[in-house]
Amino acid sequence: MSHKLSAEQVQFDTDKTIFGFWVYILTDCVLFASLFATYAVLRNGTAGGPSGAELFNMPYVLVETLLLLTSSFTSGMALLAATKRNKSATLMWLGITFALGTIFVGMELHEFSNLVQDGNSWRRSGFLSAFFTLVGAHGLHITAGLLWLVALVQQVVQKGFTSGTLKRLQLFSLFWHFLDIVWIFIFTIVYLIGVVKV
Amino acid sequence: MFADLLGRLHLSDFQHDMIATGGQLSIVFGILGIVGLLFYLKRWKWLWREWLTSQDPKKIGVMYIIVAFVMLIRGLGDTMLLRTQQATSVGNSHGILTSDHFQQIFSAHGTLMIFFVAMGLMFGLINLILPLQIGARDVAFPFLNSVSFWLFAAGMGLVNLSLIVGEFSAAGWLAYPPLSGIALSPGVGVDYWIWSLQIAGVGSLLSGVNFLVTILKMRAPGMTLMKMPIFVWSVLGSMTLIVFAFPFLTGALALLGLDRTIGTHFFTSDLGGNPMMYVNLIWAWGHPEVYVLVLPAFGIYSEVVATFARKRLFGYTSMVYALASITVLAFLVWLHHFFTMGAGANVNTFFGIMTAVIAIPTGVKVFNWLFTMYRGQIHFKTPMMWFLAFVVTFTIGGAAGVLMSIPAADFQLHNTLFLVAHFHTMIVGGVLFGYFAGFSYWFPKIFGFRLNERLGRYALYSWLVGFVLAFVPLYILGIMGATRRLDHYDASLGWQWLFIIAAIGALTILLGVGFQVAQLVVSIITRYDNRDLTGDPWDGRTLEWSISSPAPVYNFAVIPTVTDRDAFWESKQSEAVKLPPVYTDIVLPKNTGMGVIIAGFAFLFGFAIIWHIWWLMVIALFGIIGSMIVRASDDDTEEVITADEVARIEIAAAQRSVL
Repeated sequence: MSHKLSAEQVQFDTDKTIFGFWVYILTDCVLFASLFATYAVLRNGTAGGPSGAELFNMPYVLVETLLLLTSSFTSGMALLAATKRNKSATLMWLGITFALGTIFVGMELHEFSNLVQDGNSWRRSGFLSAFFTLVGAHGLHITAGLLWLVALVQQVVQKGFTSGTLKRLQLFSLFWHFLDIVWIFIFTIVYLIGVVKV
Repeated sequence: MFADLLGRLHLSDFQHDMIATGGQLSIVFGILGIVGLLFYLKRWKWLWREWLTSQDPKKIGVMYIIVAFVMLIRGLGDTMLLRTQQATSVGNSHGILTSDHFQQIFSAHGTLMIFFVAMGLMFGLINLILPLQIGARDVAFPFLNSVSFWLFAAGMGLVNLSLIVGEFSAAGWLAYPPLSGIALSPGVGVDYWIWSLQIAGVGSLLSGVNFLVTILKMRAPGMTLMKMPIFVWSVLGSMTLIVFAFPFLTGALALLGLDRTIGTHFFTSDLGGNPMMYVNLIWAWGHPEVYVLVLPAFGIYSEVVATFARKRLFGYTSMVYALASITVLAFLVWLHHFFTMGAGANVNTFFGIMTAVIAIPTGVKVFNWLFTMYRGQIHFKTPMMWFLAFVVTFTIGGAAGVLMSIPAADFQLHNTLFLVAHFHTMIVGGVLFGYFAGFSYWFPKIFGFRLNERLGRYALYSWLVGFVLAFVPLYILGIMGATRRLDHYDASLGWQWLFIIAAIGALTILLGVGFQVAQLVVSIITRYDNRDLTGDPWDGRTLEWSISSPAPVYNFAVIPTVTDRDAFWESKQSEAVKLPPVYTDIVLPKNTGMGVIIAGFAFLFGFAIIWHIWWLMVIALFGIIGSMIVRASDDDTEEVITADEVARIEIAAAQRSVL
């Protein structure tokens, strides 16, 4: 690079980006809010098909939940290791996060494919449309996060801890925790409330 | 086998009836003409280096405005067809358009005017002026800004492509299901609508995030929130609305797209779907969108009226609170778009009252503007004239809005031309006049010369007279019971003469646009005589006027320190000795073509889904992801303008102003 930015400028740039990322997360919250609202409206639109209580396998979903929560913890550990400039520990924690995230997505796809095979796809009813879309939108976010993680690991390996990679590690961590929180809402509103018999 | 590779796309999709072929040919020849001209003048490299890859918000702003103006002309072309149809299609005559084509045209007209004209002019002016007004050199995320613009351009490209390949939506500008569902609209039209708006909408959302952070994080030292120019406040309100409202658009469009493409049942009438959910979602975006557009226009009027009355804006604090309360109320009124849905008396009453309440902060603003003029020295320049035209029309349109906020009255007026007249009064008389005022007000700052005053006034008079002629008949027709989107009516109704007057009004507006084009051409030809050498042609009040015109690429050689509202005006009044400036190196973002590339892939992505060309969709998706990774790995994204170079540019500008 032909120039050096002062430490203050770097700090300002990082703060600005993180603030901007919070605003982005806010917009994503609103997007999920619209999907949650749609789910709530269409929840009883089963059109004679199965309802959540008949479809959901709670122990399975609980395992998914625990995997995702643990991956949030490990992504936090990766960030802690990065602030200590410990490259191997950072990479290890990121690797574990990636593995847990991948298993989560795999389990979700497995759940989806079982439903589709039993004839309960998104074409079956408004309820199932909303279910697949809400849970699938979260799954897509996780998948995007996994892709991001791969790119991030490659950057950390190649460049080490620069102001750029450190900044992106923080952003990734925010993103991952955010997806965790969204999942907790999905777990509660879709699955837990879904199996309660009224 | 090979045909399958192109999904739903067939040769017959290129064939149209006569009028559509006219539109098709005009677009093809327009593009060929521009391409040919660029080859002839050998300007490709220049275009790429200086404009398409630019990260400078001033240049991005100019590109937004060019796109918006071209789309304004296309949208007006649609208007002329619609007005001709309604003026002639009576009794035994069926006018010039088929029903289906008529429906496509009014859908395209609304879509273009809101998303690509009004939004384009808004983001254009914000890009041009906002960083200058807060004493910043750039926006918070310059690269993101370029991506936003190019996504906007990609969406615009898709809308216009529909004219050449396939068809456009015939389901109205908001495409209510079940009409817009796959059962009743099996063609590609609604898909064109969905994907052009989805792509442009994501661009707008990213811009919203960008400018929100810019305003909150990038202000010059000393500029506290209550010292910000009122335009900055209005943009802050508007961007807040974008951040909270646009995800609803993304969501609603995605769900409608899923219904149409993979057979979900969100908005179908059967199998547990609920069409009214779409109407709620789309208006949870759509109503705030109205305020997204009008708030910055309010900000422009506030700047214009203070400058041309040579007075500090009356009631700054109340203006800020009015803007903020409109921002909040904007989210509490969406249901007034469908009082007739049957939500019940209590729900309708709540939304009716909230709607009427918005008139209060708006009224505060109107009186603040009037009191700013009171005892001011008013200079009747073009921007001020647009403001005066606005005050009258907007107040009339607002009164019509309050009338319709009463659910009982709305049941009569719902879906009539009265409503059409009302929202055109707000969008033309409120939004468009504001952006025209801002355009002529800030033009010298960007280009270094003023626009021709005489032709500007002619344009204003034509627009104002045309506007009254075009829309007053629609108010009357609406009360007489004429519903919107009629392509034919019975002669015994006696409506035709009113429709003919409306058509004459549309022609007069067209004349106004002609004057605007002439104004631009004449001003460019005579630019030497209208040069703005001082950088402060209107005796302005805010920071953008403190630097030379055209504004240098780095905006401010030395970042100003703000001590008061109307910072530049105060510094002009102060007797304090100004110290000679000390220049330092300035870091600016390097040009990059990545914005064009990402948006290009997004365009292909949209096109592929519209036509069900799945392999292309996958390629485009990987293209988008790959480009983002490449960009994120690039650390060499900035360049330096040295202190010596800054000094050279500044001294040259100072010498120009002495001459």
